[in-house]
Amino acid sequence: MKSLVGSLSVLALVGAVSAGCSSAPGKPHVPVAAVSAPAVPARATIALPASTLSEDQRIIHVLNRLGYGPRPGDLERVRQIGLAAYVDRQLDQGRVPDDRLEASLKAFPALTMSVSDLLHGYPEPDPKLLAKAQSGEMSQQEIRQIAPLERRPARIAVELQAAKLTRAVLSERQLQEVMVDFWFNHFNVDARKGAVKWMIADYEQTAIRPHALGKFRDLLLATAQHPAMLFYLDNWMSTKADLVVRTGPLRGRQMGLNENYAREIMELHTLGVDGGYTQKDVIDVARAFTGWSIDRPREHGAPVFRLAAHDQGEKHILGHVLPPGGGEQDGVRVIEILSRHPSTSHFIATKLARRFVSDDPPPALVERAAKTFRDTDGDLRKVMVTIISSPEFFSAEAYRAKIKTPLEIVVSSVRALDGELTPPEPAGGGQPGGGFALAQQVGKLGEPLYQQQPPTGYPDVAEAWVNTGALLSRMNFALGLTANRVPGVRVDLARAVGTADRRRPERVLDVLLGSVLQGQATAETRTVLAAQLDNPEITRATMDDRTNTDVEKLAALVLGSPEFQRR
Amino acid sequence: MSCATRRSFMKSGALALLGLGSVPRFLVRTAYAQGTATRPKILIAVFQRGAVDGLSMVVPHGDPSYYASRGSIAVARPVAGNAEATVDLDGFFGLHPAMASLKPLWDDQRLAIVHACGSPDTTRSHFDAQDYMESGTPGVKSTQDGWLARGLSATLAPGASPFRAVAMGTQLPRSLRGDVGAVAMGAVADFDVKQDMGRKGGGGINARNGFESLYEQGVRDILHGTGRETFDAVKMLKGANPQRFPPANGAQYPRGRLGESLKQIAQLIKADVGLEVAFADAGGWDTHANQGNERGQLAQRLTEFSQSLAALYRDLGDRMADVVVLTMSEFGRTVRENGNRGTDHGHATAMLVLGGAVRGGRMVGRWPGLAREQLYEGRDLAVTTDFRHLFAEVAGRHLNVPASAPLFPGFSTNPARYPGVLV
Repeated sequence: MKSLVGSLSVLALVGAVSAGCSSAPGKPHVPVAAVSAPAVPARATIALPASTLSEDQRIIHVLNRLGYGPRPGDLERVRQIGLAAYVDRQLDQGRVPDDRLEASLKAFPALTMSVSDLLHGYPEPDPKLLAKAQSGEMSQQEIRQIAPLERRPARIAVELQAAKLTRAVLSERQLQEVMVDFWFNHFNVDARKGAVKWMIADYEQTAIRPHALGKFRDLLLATAQHPAMLFYLDNWMSTKADLVVRTGPLRGRQMGLNENYAREIMELHTLGVDGGYTQKDVIDVARAFTGWSIDRPREHGAPVFRLAAHDQGEKHILGHVLPPGGGEQDGVRVIEILSRHPSTSHFIATKLARRFVSDDPPPALVERAAKTFRDTDGDLRKVMVTIISSPEFFSAEAYRAKIKTPLEIVVSSVRALDGELTPPEPAGGGQPGGGFALAQQVGKLGEPLYQQQPPTGYPDVAEAWVNTGALLSRMNFALGLTANRVPGVRVDLARAVGTADRRRPERVLDVLLGSVLQGQATAETRTVLAAQLDNPEITRATMDDRTNTDVEKLAALVLGSPEFQRR
Repeated sequence: MSCATRRSFMKSGALALLGLGSVPRFLVRTAYAQGTATRPKILIAVFQRGAVDGLSMVVPHGDPSYYASRGSIAVARPVAGNAEATVDLDGFFGLHPAMASLKPLWDDQRLAIVHACGSPDTTRSHFDAQDYMESGTPGVKSTQDGWLARGLSATLAPGASPFRAVAMGTQLPRSLRGDVGAVAMGAVADFDVKQDMGRKGGGGINARNGFESLYEQGVRDILHGTGRETFDAVKMLKGANPQRFPPANGAQYPRGRLGESLKQIAQLIKADVGLEVAFADAGGWDTHANQGNERGQLAQRLTEFSQSLAALYRDLGDRMADVVVLTMSEFGRTVRENGNRGTDHGHATAMLVLGGAVRGGRMVGRWPGLAREQLYEGRDLAVTTDFRHLFAEVAGRHLNVPASAPLFPGFSTNPARYPGVLV
């Protein structure tokens, strides 16, 4: 593991040892296993509250909220093991085997390579070579032989996108994938900014994924010291005021403070914009993080602490005093202060409740979740238990209250029809397969993955995703998917419809409503769709074949229905 | 709710007027194309998201503190005949050399620049500042709708088009959220239920009818409201067929999102779909590091930005008489260069107004100066023109939004304090 999983108290001890030389910020020089004791998950079954929802509705709700929607048969499977037991397993990913997914991910070697290996394995092609292609001196084919496309930096994001969709569609650890998506978006970085393209895969793998249901401060620290974040929000270049570079290519250049990361760690990652910080806090947090840098971002890419760049003066942050000479521990202290600040508990609880309950989450629930956050020192699994076991989560108001994001509509559509993804070519050189094709669909619908430029990430409220153009794109995706026109994924509607008599369109419709909407369509939608069955073009595939229901179109209408836009 | 009802009524009135209810829907031509309606005034709003550095975009080369404060990112003083230096405008201000394509508009007095413009709110958060500028209520987060939506609601007339307000992009900007049924579209060409997606002939039309029925139900929520508007708009756009208008007068839009957006806005204007407000985004202005000076990162963004605007101006030709383009950004950037040859979040910035009705060739607004004691909080360009006065002038004098309209709740827009950018 390149990035840190250790606990902060140990870091504080180790920090003193590493002062004076270049080392990874806050990185302990002791085996990780010796310092980190992962919380033993509670085996006790989660207590789910009484609810006015039917048992099936409760199961559907959980499959839609703690995952990317039900596949055919999921409802029955959860009924069998019991909803509480299902939720328990989702909260404890270690207990859910995921062999099929693990096998599929083998085709994406970039996912588990270190930043340094990615820099060497996927180098930027020689500009002179590209110039030769521009001038016509060499053909594209010749260039590709020397610098193959699958060995260029862009391949890393291709594999990352393909893996994200593959995981969302296939993984049995659905909550894990939803949490990784949530936290990546919370700690957003953009693959298109400079050297981030070599760092982003490792960022998700080592900074986000291990902590998605762990301790918030570990997550915050892991993102703070990861080169992807250090580069994306410019902290790697931030130095004490008026520092003159002594050596290297920037010799003689005057450097200084950069406020970018300091502002966003408070506004977006912890306290929230109204969390009670001032411009003075921004400056002192920036001073505290001076020296948290990257060793040659385009050659080595490892986190490093540069003592010479660090501002050793006293800092005043949110009422705390950081005494002079704190060195790299200043940043760790800031992480402690921010992760334990009451505003942070409230901000994180609000965002989680917005994601899992409703756009305007009930304040009482937010307060209880925030209290759990404070009482458990930011144990995210326990905060999730508070949310999931709340009456608000299972309330009628929360049921199908969230509009699906583009990622959610694409994945839930494929899952509802049990779509098969084209497998990627093995060993990471060839076609990236159906996962990547689906990621491109998500991009077309307005959510290009790993490419959100502002640090705010993507919004999580209906207004952001519901508009005329977006609805049309969703309908077109539904028509394309059911007609097997979306590359990389095949749906078998014959199997979906099963033995339903195609000469009786209303029977076909009932089966589709059952499998896609679990029979939960409103009376209006059922009526409107039934009325469509009289339309000769919908009822029959051809004008002279009276026996064939156009299942493709009917299925597209169900996927494009208002109900299916919600989760 | 009454507003929504009224809008639906107006909209159905408009469609009835256009005959969409009776004749084959996809053959309809618009009333505008038939010359039965007057051409509306049009505002194109361009949002520079990420906080553009107004001091590099419109360089105060005559301010004695400019070159002292800016170090390596300063843009060189104007030198006659030097294309790599600031393009002088009035002896004190000049355009960044990457924006030379807008100089002819200045010379034609079709471009006015409001410098030191911004929000009275002090936030340096991108998200909050954009939100305040678009909601039109600095400091108030509870505002539900946007200033442009409120302006258009106030001028809603029978016969209004579903394309009164169009945002280019996959998301509807905050400025246009509200009761006007603004349309968001990624691209004109994609704005339909795809005819060829279903393999069998005619699939698109019957699928479209199917979807339309699904969203026509009586339920009043965000999905159904949007769905209804969507199908009104789809049918009208098919009739108007904006794609038959390629760029005219030799206009060449640069590659990139803004150029593509403005090109398609021009098509909608030429197709007479009843457009009154168009909105386009331009990103990439958050230059915390290696901003560059005459050349570099910011120069590249400014090249695309100004060439897109210049292409639109040329493309629309005489039709610019009805068009005003207003550019905006959530705040400006620090006066001093930061430690990484970039700039951090600041306060005031510069906004451009161009079009046929603009009193151009002028710098507008009071210049607060760049000496340390003149700066806001000792570090940023101070705001001397509240953005609401500028926006109110454009809405009132160009779009004829009545003074009684609640454009900026809690703020009394006084015409005497308008910056005076329009004739």
